[in-house]
Amino acid sequence: MSTLPALLDAVLVVSLVLLGLSAVLVVVRLLRGPTGLDRLVALDVLVAEFLCGLVAYAALTGDSSLVPVVVAISLVGFLGSTTVARFVRRGTGR
Amino acid sequence: MSTGELVLDTIGTVAIVLGVLLTFVASIGLLSLPDVLSRMHAATKPQVVGLLLIVIGGALHLRTSPDVWMLVLVGAFQLVTAPVTAHVVGRLAHRGEGGLRRDLLYVDELADRPDEADPGPDDQEESPPPHRNGEAVGRSRRRGGAGSDGASLDSGE
Repeated sequence: MSTLPALLDAVLVVSLVLLGLSAVLVVVRLLRGPTGLDRLVALDVLVAEFLCGLVAYAALTGDSSLVPVVVAISLVGFLGSTTVARFVRRGTGR
Repeated sequence: MSTGELVLDTIGTVAIVLGVLLTFVASIGLLSLPDVLSRMHAATKPQVVGLLLIVIGGALHLRTSPDVWMLVLVGAFQLVTAPVTAHVVGRLAHRGEGGLRRDLLYVDELADRPDEADPGPDDQEESPPPHRNGEAVGRSRRRGGAGSDGASLDSGE
């Protein structure tokens, strides 16, 4: 029974690594485009995965000082993506 | 560590692992799906379900009242804002900005809507749209409106 917390920590570390791997995949889509909307969707997903990583890290360490950061980034990410969507112009696709 | 805390930690870890797996699958989908709308389909998984599962897991791990409520706030805010972004992006994609592949659409419910020819207020100085009856009314309403971002986001509808 005493090995269970260590096992849970190891599982959390593995899921953090998997989150990093999926962030790499999203960055590939972000760089390849091909249009501005693809990059916008990829950037949204990247922000969401960053939030997921912060919460998982807080759960791993038991350190709750990252939780206000999560709130702030979720607010700023929404503002950024809607603003960028505002400036995607017709025809240019950039 | 008591048994109850261990059970909460285990449930939280299982939720986090489920969310991470969903996020990973959605990232693969984001990389491999063919066009903007189908990529949006993949993108909503980590944005809503994945983040909610991970936030629940984090709340079960942290277990103190301010942290739990702040994580609830994150989840609720994501639930409110994800449809807004998806609406804007989907509308732009359907209007033709994002290389939409119409051969992949099973049904296009907006195909015969004349509103879809409206390029929106950003482009009126570059390429004036063909004249429509409601145009003058709509434009004056936009000019006279509150001018806030939320009001101008869905202008032209």
